[in-house]
Amino acid sequence: MTVQEQDILVRVEGLKVHFPITQGIIFQRQIGAVQAVDGLDFAIRRGETLGLVGESGCGKSTTGRAILQLYRPTAGNVYFEGENLCQVKGEKLRAMRRRMQMIFQDPYASLNPRMTIGSIIGEPLEVHGLASGAEVKERVAELLEVVGLNSYFINRYPHEFSGGQRQRVGIARAVAVNPDFIVCDEPVSALDVSIQAQIINLLEDLQARYNLTYLFIAHDLSVVRHISDRVAVMYLGKIVELTDRAELYEKPLHPYTQALLSAVPIPDPEIEERRRRIILTGDVPDPSHPPKGCHFSTRCPVMIPGTCDAQEPEFKDAGGNHWVACFRVS
Amino acid sequence: MAPLLQVKGLKTQFFTQDGIVHAVDGISYDVEEGETLGIVGESGCGKSVGVLSVMRLIPTPPGKIVAGEVLFQGRDMLKMSEEEVRQIRGNQMAMIFQDPMTSLNPVLTIGRQISEALELHLNMDKNQARTRTIELLEMVNIPGAAGRVDDYPHQFSGGMRQRVMIAMALSCNPKLLIADEPTTALDVTIQAQFVDIVKRLRDELSMSVIWITHDLGIVAGLAQRVAVMYAGHIVEMASVKDLYREPSHPYTLGLLGSIPRLDAERRSRLTPIEGLPPDLVGENRGCPFAPRCPYQKEHAIERCLQENPQLAPVGTGLKHQAACWFDVRRGMAR
Repeated sequence: MTVQEQDILVRVEGLKVHFPITQGIIFQRQIGAVQAVDGLDFAIRRGETLGLVGESGCGKSTTGRAILQLYRPTAGNVYFEGENLCQVKGEKLRAMRRRMQMIFQDPYASLNPRMTIGSIIGEPLEVHGLASGAEVKERVAELLEVVGLNSYFINRYPHEFSGGQRQRVGIARAVAVNPDFIVCDEPVSALDVSIQAQIINLLEDLQARYNLTYLFIAHDLSVVRHISDRVAVMYLGKIVELTDRAELYEKPLHPYTQALLSAVPIPDPEIEERRRRIILTGDVPDPSHPPKGCHFSTRCPVMIPGTCDAQEPEFKDAGGNHWVACFRVS
Repeated sequence: MAPLLQVKGLKTQFFTQDGIVHAVDGISYDVEEGETLGIVGESGCGKSVGVLSVMRLIPTPPGKIVAGEVLFQGRDMLKMSEEEVRQIRGNQMAMIFQDPMTSLNPVLTIGRQISEALELHLNMDKNQARTRTIELLEMVNIPGAAGRVDDYPHQFSGGMRQRVMIAMALSCNPKLLIADEPTTALDVTIQAQFVDIVKRLRDELSMSVIWITHDLGIVAGLAQRVAVMYAGHIVEMASVKDLYREPSHPYTLGLLGSIPRLDAERRSRLTPIEGLPPDLVGENRGCPFAPRCPYQKEHAIERCLQENPQLAPVGTGLKHQAACWFDVRRGMAR
């Protein structure tokens, strides 16, 4: 990619994450692998939001976790400011984790019910030695205000809060340690529409305020379009298309992206009447036995027999930094 | 001709340790024959409880339908005996639930679960029911239906299971199909498949449909009329075109303002609805939306806090109603 090296915060090269399928009770023989993420190359620029969209099971969350080394990749490298995270371990990795945080999807499952809000947000501060004693409390109160919660909530427990408020707590915990990079894994999917907008605005404010870089994982294409600078579309373990937001939504090149965009309902009956939908048949194939050739070939409306189901298309620049993996695009 | 379904002043309450939850607090609507009504609202607004009450599926206790009428083909469902309701439910009135994973019985085959209703309501014998089941599965685009009728639910994907739910719901040619967030658990491409099938079958069988969702986008392409619910009340009701062209309740406006749209110019910021939905425990005076309403704040309308507005005609559209003391179109109190 034609971006200056110093602008790049995270670079992913040939990332693969395979989960073994084993059989046997004592001697667990591996009989196969779920190829959740199967060879990704992309970079995230400093200060940008890279949207990662795809349907359930396409490997988008696994990608986010593998970047943070929450899963150790099967193959490939992840560079964070030039440092290969896949080779860092132990204390050094822990120290680096201060700079990369994560916001989780389910605000009900990602907060410890037995800890107060204050200790949830304060814990990373103490772990990373950023504050101690009374300082912690002071900083937590400040963070609560930053994410739009009242600072007297500090001694309350998660169950006393609504979904949107809990998600604010999760965000406060992530920004507490002054990270550079945050993986937002479907942060608004579990929330109601009116609350979603509050959280999206908050994430945008925090990005501007702390100069954060986001990897924003979501399945909602409208939300991703709103928040992202560039967007990557994933299908069954691979990125099929990656380009600037405007370009992707105006001129999608990959047939999967086209179908995906046409499937999103638009809240306007007059537009809906005129729209032509591309309805894909069938379901996403099993990632432990992905189809030969292009992974999308089994559902693709413009599949070329003999080519698409035999060879894998190369992920390449179709011009103007519009990356796509499809034989139909030359 | 009278509408197929008339709901009048329906109130459903739950009696809990914390007090009485006014889940549905006096809603009225009609569904004409062949019409699709969309009911839109966020979690906890009473949209599901509303239709479960219509089907008489509210667990009692703790729930209870305390007032109202539900006229289905002119007969009041709420006055029928359990036996009479059972004749209608699953037969002339069918329902699809949100979660296809938990609505199917995991230890019975797909075929058995569909043919059960056929044998029960239409008095078919085993062979007739089986033939019809395969037909139904073909109708909802299950590939190789004849070979898959003896499969178990776990052998089907999420999208296929939801299509099985439709086949099951349609097995007795219902007059009214109630779909409670049927696509929420599905991916967009699977959702598009599903909506496509429902539209096709609705037109072929000239069914009425009540489609419950939180997604204003789906309703736009599917329903003829839409009811927007908030805190147990219908706050706006209109034809689908009027609703999106002239949204007239501050809550509807808020909902439309808070969703990023795929087609619109990208705005730099979304305009969320501030605050949280109200607690439905206890009596509520005034408009339930007043604490979050930007118009109430701006114009300091005292009446909003004192009296709950009823649905009243608004705008230029036919049968366009909103429950609000403020006329957002003209910018003045009503």
